[in-house]
Amino acid sequence: MRRFILISVPYAWLLALFLVPFAIVIKISLSDTVIAIPPYAPTLDLAGGWAGIVEFFQGVDFETFEFLTSDDLYWKAYLSSLKIAVIATAITLAVGYPIAYGMTRVAPEWRPTLLMLVILPFWTSFLIRVYAWMGILGQDGLINQALLWLGVIDQPLTILNTPTAVYIGIVYTYLPFMILPIYSALEKLDDSLLEAAEDLGCSRFTAFWLVTWPLSRNGIIAGSFLVFIPTLGEFVIPSLLGGSKTLMIGKVLWEEFFSNRDWPVASAVAVILLLILIIPIILFQRNEQKQREAEG
Amino acid sequence: MRRLSWFNATSLSLGFAFLYLPMIILIIYSFNASKLVTVWAGFSTKWYGELFRNEAFLDAAWVTIRVAIMSSTFATILGTMAAYVLVRAGRFYGRTLFSGMIYAPLVMPEVITGLSLLLLFIGIGLDRGVVTIVLAHTTFSMCYVSVVVSSRLVTFDRSLEEAAQDLGCTPMESFRLVTLPIIAPAVLSGWLLAFTLSLDDLVIASFASGPSSTTLPIKIYSAVRLGVSPEINALSTIMIGIVTIGVVTASIMTKRAAVKQMRDEQAAERAGE
Repeated sequence: MRRFILISVPYAWLLALFLVPFAIVIKISLSDTVIAIPPYAPTLDLAGGWAGIVEFFQGVDFETFEFLTSDDLYWKAYLSSLKIAVIATAITLAVGYPIAYGMTRVAPEWRPTLLMLVILPFWTSFLIRVYAWMGILGQDGLINQALLWLGVIDQPLTILNTPTAVYIGIVYTYLPFMILPIYSALEKLDDSLLEAAEDLGCSRFTAFWLVTWPLSRNGIIAGSFLVFIPTLGEFVIPSLLGGSKTLMIGKVLWEEFFSNRDWPVASAVAVILLLILIIPIILFQRNEQKQREAEG
Repeated sequence: MRRLSWFNATSLSLGFAFLYLPMIILIIYSFNASKLVTVWAGFSTKWYGELFRNEAFLDAAWVTIRVAIMSSTFATILGTMAAYVLVRAGRFYGRTLFSGMIYAPLVMPEVITGLSLLLLFIGIGLDRGVVTIVLAHTTFSMCYVSVVVSSRLVTFDRSLEEAAQDLGCTPMESFRLVTLPIIAPAVLSGWLLAFTLSLDDLVIASFASGPSSTTLPIKIYSAVRLGVSPEINALSTIMIGIVTIGVVTASIMTKRAAVKQMRDEQAAERAGE
């Protein structure tokens, strides 16, 4: 009995507030937009009994999804989100790897401090960290002021409200997610392997390429997914740094819902985004499981 | 030999400069006397004064703190239960679905979680306000709590619980007297994580909030959408300050506890000899 309560309370909570809401999203994505309250039709009226259910299923269709494929905006937004997420993940890896690598090279008593310095931004508000860049990248922001003062440029550069600003924002906010898994993979690395490789005639670079890089692969994969997955549906960064020119699907969904009040389209956008995300999520879970098995 | 080459040193210093400079600049400019963010007009704390006179911000801060305390407490209870179920309950009907529902919210885009919860609240006719934000935050942060707690439970020696029960404890007593003290640090860090997630959240709160329940992130977002504002710089500085003090204190305490444990173990070994 106690076991039953223990299982059923969190189970029921998640069913009611996680799974049921999804069912509603799918249901509304199959409905049509109407000008009414609520702004979609048909509505499922369980009071109508079986007849009501039949009527509901006669009313639903894939019209909203057809609309999504016919309008350029949506598939362009998906493609552009994918492109931004892939490029940003690659840049984050390129920036994060040397930092994680450097952290394993300092004296062990300093490592907890460096680790804390990497984790600290994670506890600081995401919104504030994105906002901090607005004052740096703007037309009269610090970068432009510095470059003008140095005489490198004579016209302020437009950085804010471009994809470049979005990349900077993503790399900045997600960098800890890349550094931490790579660091924990590199920390376990046995130095004698590198010494052996060098004794056997590898240059330091070849030793890195043949030993360190493959052995940190799990960390690289985990870090890349941890950056890629949330970036794909990102809203705050493109909204504050990207301006109107940067198309990302999270922002499209937000605007469909809040500005256009088009619930079926917003829901259909969410369903497709989720379908796109399922593949990387499954791959990520598999990688984690493999790692756990390797360690256990 | 591990060595810190010039390459490692450069990448570390550039990396940490990149991580910290934007926040340091933000903090410096919060003390700027000029309203223009780009012109330095001398040191001043007037934006802090303005901030504390701004009723709307104070109200939003109060809503945010209330929501964060409530949701992180519920999330800790539910998340600890869920972790216990995942690690201890063995097989039961629908286990795969259960663990799926625990891990899915961790990787779900916030816009989707927010949208789906809002549609649920509208569907069941629940008025949007503090209650709906608490429900929403509890749901996604309980998953984080359960991941943190279950990672502690996995490494926990189960024979301790069995010993307590052999010595006459009921399962509830052995949980309270043995399990809980051991997993307490994980439960506490789960609570802190849930609290921070709730304080931070803009997207889900925007979907779940009503006109009477604006949280601080929503307020900040609507203030900065149009550009940089010195009041927000002041607010950000306060928030960064609180977090920094919290994290530094926590890490010093963990380090002290580790040192103490090591000493105790050494003392115990000497006593055993």
